[in-house]
Amino acid sequence: MTLSREELIRYNRQIILPDFGVEGQQKLKNAAVLIIGAGGLGAPNLQYLTAAGIGRIGVVDFDEVSLTNLQRQVLFNTEEVGQSKALTAIEKLQKLNPDTHFDCYQTAIDASNAMELIAKYDLVVDGSDNLPTRYLVNDACVLLGKPLIYGAIFRFEGQVSVFNQLNDDGSRGPNYRDIFPSPPPPEMVTSCSEGGVFGVLPGIIGAMQANEAIKVITDMGASLSGKLLLFDSLDFSSRYLNIKSNSKNPVSGTDPSITELIDYEAFCAGPDLVKEQIDSIKVGELKEDGSAYFVLDVREDYEYEISNLGGLNIPLSEINDRQAEIPRDQKVVVHCKSGKRSKQAIELLKKAGFQNLLNLEGGILAWQKEIDHSMAVY
Amino acid sequence: MNIEVIAFGIAKDILNSKSVSLSLEEGSSVGMARQSLINQFPQFTTLASLQLAVNTEYVEDDYILKENDEVVLIPPVSGG
Repeated sequence: MTLSREELIRYNRQIILPDFGVEGQQKLKNAAVLIIGAGGLGAPNLQYLTAAGIGRIGVVDFDEVSLTNLQRQVLFNTEEVGQSKALTAIEKLQKLNPDTHFDCYQTAIDASNAMELIAKYDLVVDGSDNLPTRYLVNDACVLLGKPLIYGAIFRFEGQVSVFNQLNDDGSRGPNYRDIFPSPPPPEMVTSCSEGGVFGVLPGIIGAMQANEAIKVITDMGASLSGKLLLFDSLDFSSRYLNIKSNSKNPVSGTDPSITELIDYEAFCAGPDLVKEQIDSIKVGELKEDGSAYFVLDVREDYEYEISNLGGLNIPLSEINDRQAEIPRDQKVVVHCKSGKRSKQAIELLKKAGFQNLLNLEGGILAWQKEIDHSMAVY
Repeated sequence: MNIEVIAFGIAKDILNSKSVSLSLEEGSSVGMARQSLINQFPQFTTLASLQLAVNTEYVEDDYILKENDEVVLIPPVSGG
């Protein structure tokens, strides 16, 4: 597959770069890249990697474009709310570069399909939005010997690294489990929908990932293999930490205990012991027997305004000061958007002696999904 | 001696600040700094298993700290 005349023109500005050349372009054309998630991080990766001339790109995303995406996911527009992210992205990217071949996976990546999916590609870009997927993708890439371009964001901060890169001596660079051997309790891991995210940040971090992907494929410069970049957009500081391969790493160490994919949801959910301490209730049960419960909503007041279940609204940050408003002689269902903050609220209230609290599983999102589809979500 | 603790992600919420100064006895280890953080910020127990970095390197708990070392707290973040 040599480059056509049109390709030589299209990619001229990078072909004339020192160290890049026709050879670099040819490597991009021969490469197949899998991008996990077509969201904040996935979209800029898709745009730059398509523009750069990657020959084949796989897009994995089960989700639809939502109004809350548009503040940061600039690949999509308002008219596309409700449409498949993977399909919509590919439709646009194909126009950007008709020579790129796209594989569309409108599915969630999990332990049942990850190995098969990843095996078909030379390099993986992680733009996922949850910890179980991050461990899953890491382990699959290690087991299959694929380089993984890592990026993650939180509020104003981003992390970037290159995992499992092939070294000159045939060994592989460090991976996710060398930095984070075990996941923290789920309530300490905040997603964009719970913790917020500065709109420009995924653009910055995603572009950094694309930068690394192109370098790894073309074997140019020095990648972030063995280094973790921490970027803070709020004070514009960056910091590099050196990562070493840990011989006790369960997937890549000297005596690996993980030789095939595991149950990552369970792995990240933490010990059952902790979960059992909090009683919970399903949205269906609350709907059935609503009058039996007092409903406490621990979201912020501006969230309450978008949609609510008619409960008393005390934001998590005010829970300790406003305990007197919460009844002790009636079953109280505590809820938030997804079930995380309500769990924290219950933990705080339990310390104050409350024994009548139930956590609404899945929060208002579950209510919207299972009980009232017309409810506005965000 | 004084060391500086730099927090990222959710650790910033627990410390209520991006950086705090810790006063430790000469020759204290990273493990002792970890314990001191837990004493001062009880919620830090939830991140007790976090690997700590000193300046630019991830270190084990027996690593001995020096005056003005920076201990960096980096919890995993999941957003994408």
